[in-house]
Amino acid sequence: MALPQTVPFIGWAWDDLIFLLLAGLMLGAALMVVMGKDIIRAGLFLMLSFGALAGIYVLLGAPIVAAAQVLIYIGAIGVLILFAIMLTQTKAGPARLVFHHQAWVGGLAAIVLALMLIFVIISTEWPNVSEAPAEASTTTVATLLFTDYVFAFEVVGVLLLAAVIGGIFLAKREDSVDPGERDADQAPTLARLESRGVRGGSRSATSEPRRDEPDAGRTTIVTGDEP
Amino acid sequence: MSQSLDAYLILSGLLFAIGTFGFLAKRNAIAMLMSIELMLNAVNLAIVAFGAFVPALAGQGAVIALFVMAVAAAEATVGLAIVIAIYRNRRTPLVDEYASMRE
Repeated sequence: MALPQTVPFIGWAWDDLIFLLLAGLMLGAALMVVMGKDIIRAGLFLMLSFGALAGIYVLLGAPIVAAAQVLIYIGAIGVLILFAIMLTQTKAGPARLVFHHQAWVGGLAAIVLALMLIFVIISTEWPNVSEAPAEASTTTVATLLFTDYVFAFEVVGVLLLAAVIGGIFLAKREDSVDPGERDADQAPTLARLESRGVRGGSRSATSEPRRDEPDAGRTTIVTGDEP
Repeated sequence: MSQSLDAYLILSGLLFAIGTFGFLAKRNAIAMLMSIELMLNAVNLAIVAFGAFVPALAGQGAVIALFVMAVAAAEATVGLAIVIAIYRNRRTPLVDEYASMRE
C-alpha cells in the first residue's frame, strides 16, 4: 500500500510536514535545554535535539552525516555529558539559581542575534542555488574524504588522539589512593611523572624502580593534601 | 518549505541563537558546554544545507560536517575533563565561583 502524494486533509508534501515536525522538535528540545532548571533533563533533551537534527540531515540528503550524528553526538557526546553531570553535581549547589543575575541581557542578545540572522538570510539572494536538495551519496563523500581531504582526515586523527590523551591527563585523579590498585601502572600521577622525568627513559627502563616508588609518592601526597 | 535553502538556514540561525542564550545565561559550566554543542550543531546544519543546495559543493558539505563533528568530539572531551578537574579543586560546577582564576 503506497502513501498518497500529499498529506491527507492538509495538502502539503510529506517532506514539508516531516521538516516542520523535526524542526519544532529540535527547537523545542533546545529551548528545554537552555530554559530548564534540572541539568539531567537538560542533558536528555540535548540528546533529543541531536536526534531531531539527524532526521533533518536525512531530509537534506546527507545520510552519512545523519548516521555520524547519531553515533557521535547521541552516542558519544551525549553519554559523556551525562557522565560529567553525574560526576560534578552536588546537592549543595542551589537548584533555583540556574541562571546568572544578568541573564536577561543574554536573552536580549540572543533575540537580537536571531532577528539579525533571519533578516540577513531572507534578504540575501544566494547565487547558484538549486531548487531541491541534492543527495550526497556515500560514495561521493568517501571519495572526497580520501582524495581531496585526506590530509585533513589524518590531521583530525592526530587531533582526536591528542584530545584523548589530554582528557585522560586532565581528568585523572592525582591523589588516587584506591585500595584496589596493585599495578605500578596505577601509581599516582606525580610519582609517575617524577620517575619519568628523573630517568627519562623508556617504560622498560622505569619499570624496575617504579615497583617501590608508588608507596613513597602516595604517602607524601596524602600527607600533603590532607594534613 | 523543505525545498528551500532559507528554511534550513533560518532553522540553523534560531538554534544558534538558543545556544548563545544558554552560553550567556547559565551558571553551570556543563550547561555552558551543552550550549556550545547546540551552537556547533547549528553551524553543522548550515554547512550541510549549503552542501546540499549548492551544486558546486556536492559532497563537500557532508565532508566538512564530519570534520566539524570530530573536532566537536575532541572539544567536548577536553572541555568536560577541564570542568571535572576544576570541580575536584573547587567543589562546585558554577562558573561564577571560579573567581580566583581572574585574580
